[in-house]
Amino acid sequence: MERKIRVLVAKPGLDGHDRGAKIVARALRDAGMEVIYTGLHQTAEMVVEAAIQEDVDVVGLSLLSGAHMTLFVDVAKLLKKKGMSDVLIVGGGIIPEEDVPKLKKEGISAVFGPGTPCDEISDYIKKKVKR
Amino acid sequence: MKDLVSKVLKGDPHSIARLITLAENNDPVATSAMKDIHPHTGSAHVIGITGVMGSGKSTLICELTRLFRKQGKTVGIIAIDPTSPFSGGALLGDRVRMTELAMDDGVFIRSMGTHGMLGGLTSAVYDVVEILDASGKDVVIVETVGVGQAEVDVIKIADTTLVIVVPGLGDSIQTLKAGIMEIADIYVVNKADRPGVEQTVAEVESLVDISCSGKEKKIPVLSTVAKQNKGIDELLKEIDKHKKHLEKTKEFEKQRRLRYEAELVEIIRKRLMNFIFDESTFKDKIESLINQISKKQVDPYTAAEEILGKILK
Ligand SMILES: Nc1nc2c(ncn2[C@@H]2O[C@H](COP(=O)(O)OP(=O)(O)OP(=O)(O)O)[C@@H](O)[C@H]2O)c(=O)[nH]1
Ligand SMILES: [Mg+2]
Repeated sequence: MERKIRVLVAKPGLDGHDRGAKIVARALRDAGMEVIYTGLHQTAEMVVEAAIQEDVDVVGLSLLSGAHMTLFVDVAKLLKKKGMSDVLIVGGGIIPEEDVPKLKKEGISAVFGPGTPCDEISDYIKKKVKR
Repeated sequence: MKDLVSKVLKGDPHSIARLITLAENNDPVATSAMKDIHPHTGSAHVIGITGVMGSGKSTLICELTRLFRKQGKTVGIIAIDPTSPFSGGALLGDRVRMTELAMDDGVFIRSMGTHGMLGGLTSAVYDVVEILDASGKDVVIVETVGVGQAEVDVIKIADTTLVIVVPGLGDSIQTLKAGIMEIADIYVVNKADRPGVEQTVAEVESLVDISCSGKEKKIPVLSTVAKQNKGIDELLKEIDKHKKHLEKTKEFEKQRRLRYEAELVEIIRKRLMNFIFDESTFKDKIESLINQISKKQVDPYTAAEEILGKILK
C-alpha cells in the first residue's frame, strides 16, 4: 500500500476565522492526503506537539496578515528544536512580498498567497515530500 | 529497531508516533516491532466510543480525559474518521475538540483514517491500541465514526463500549434498532441541553429493557452535556463500575479473547490478500482467470478454487 502524505493544517494566532484553512484542508484531502485539522487559536507549542504525535510530513499554517509572522518562525524553530527538522513547512495568507525571503530563511519552504489554486499547493507538497 | 521498541516502552512520543506510522503502512519493521510490543500489553483499559456524526464524541472524550488526568491516569486517544473512497485522502478533524489536551504530556492523541476497509476499522487500530498500551497509557480511548461496520468492530477492540445518541434525532434511535443496540456497555444521551432529552432517554431505556431481558446486568443510560461538562462525573463512575464488573467476572477474559480473535483473523486476512494480489505470479493468473470468466470459459467458483489450490497445496 502506498504511504499517505500526512499534513497538519493549523491556524495559529488569535484572529477567529478559518475559512481559507478549511478550504485548503479539503483540497488536500481530495488530492489523496491525510489532513489533520486542528482548528483555531493554536500556539506554536500546540502545533508542534500535534505534529509530533501525528507524525506528519507537512505542517501547513494559515494566517491572515504579516503581523503574525513571528508565529511562523516560532513553529519552525520549535520543530527544529524538537528534532522534527525534516517536516516541510508551508504557509498561506496575506504576506508582504518583502517578508517572504525572511520566512524562507527561517525554514518556511513556501508561502502561498490568497487565490493560489489548491492544485498548486498539493502539487508542491507532493513534489517536496519524497518517500 | 530494538531501540525504537524500548523507546516506545519508555513512553517517548516521537517513537510512539513513528511506530504507529510504520504500522499504518504495513512496514516490515512494524511487524517485527509489534512482536516485541505484545508481551508488554494488557494493562490499559480500552474504551470504545461510537455514535452518529456530530453527536459530541470528541467533546465527550476531551472531558472524560480531563477527569482521568485528575485521577493521575495517562490517556491515549485514537480518533478515527472516514477515508474518502474517491481520493483515498481523509480530513481528520477530531483534534479541534480536544485543544485543551494539546499541551498535556500525559495525553497522546493520534488521528487515523478508516483506509477504506469496507467502512470498518482500519486493521492498524489493533496495533495502535497495543502501542499506546505498551507505552504505559492507563486508558486508551478509541473514537469511531458512527456509520456501518466500524462501530461493530469497535466492541471487539474495546473493554468498555459507549454508544452516544442525541435527542430529537429519530435516526439515532433507528441506528440503534438497526443493530448497534447490542454493542453498548453504556448508553450516553449527549446534548441533554436540547429539547426532547426525556423522550430520547425513555426510548433508549425501553430498547435496553428489550435487549436486556434475561440478563442480570442492565445497561445504564446516562445523559450528558459534554459541552458544559455536565454529567461527565457520573459517566466516569459508570465506566469504572463496568471495568470492575469485567474484572470480577469472566467477562474481561472473554472480551480480550474477542479482540485477539478479531486481530488474528485480520492479520491472516491481510497477509493472504497481499500474498494473492501483490505477488506477480498470481497477478497474471488472476488476470487471465478474469478474462476466462468474462468469456464464460470458466465460472468464478472454479477460478477461485484454482487460485486457492495453488496456495493450499
Ligand atoms: N448543545 C450541545 N452541543 C454539543 C454538546 N457536546 C458537543 N456539542 C457540539 O456538537 C458539535 C460536534 O461535536 P464533536 O465533539 O465534534 O462531535 P463528534 O461526535 O466527535 O463529531 P464527528 O467526529 O464529526 O462525528 C460541536 O459543535 C460541539 O461543540 C452538548 O452537550 N450540547
Ligand atoms: Mg469527533
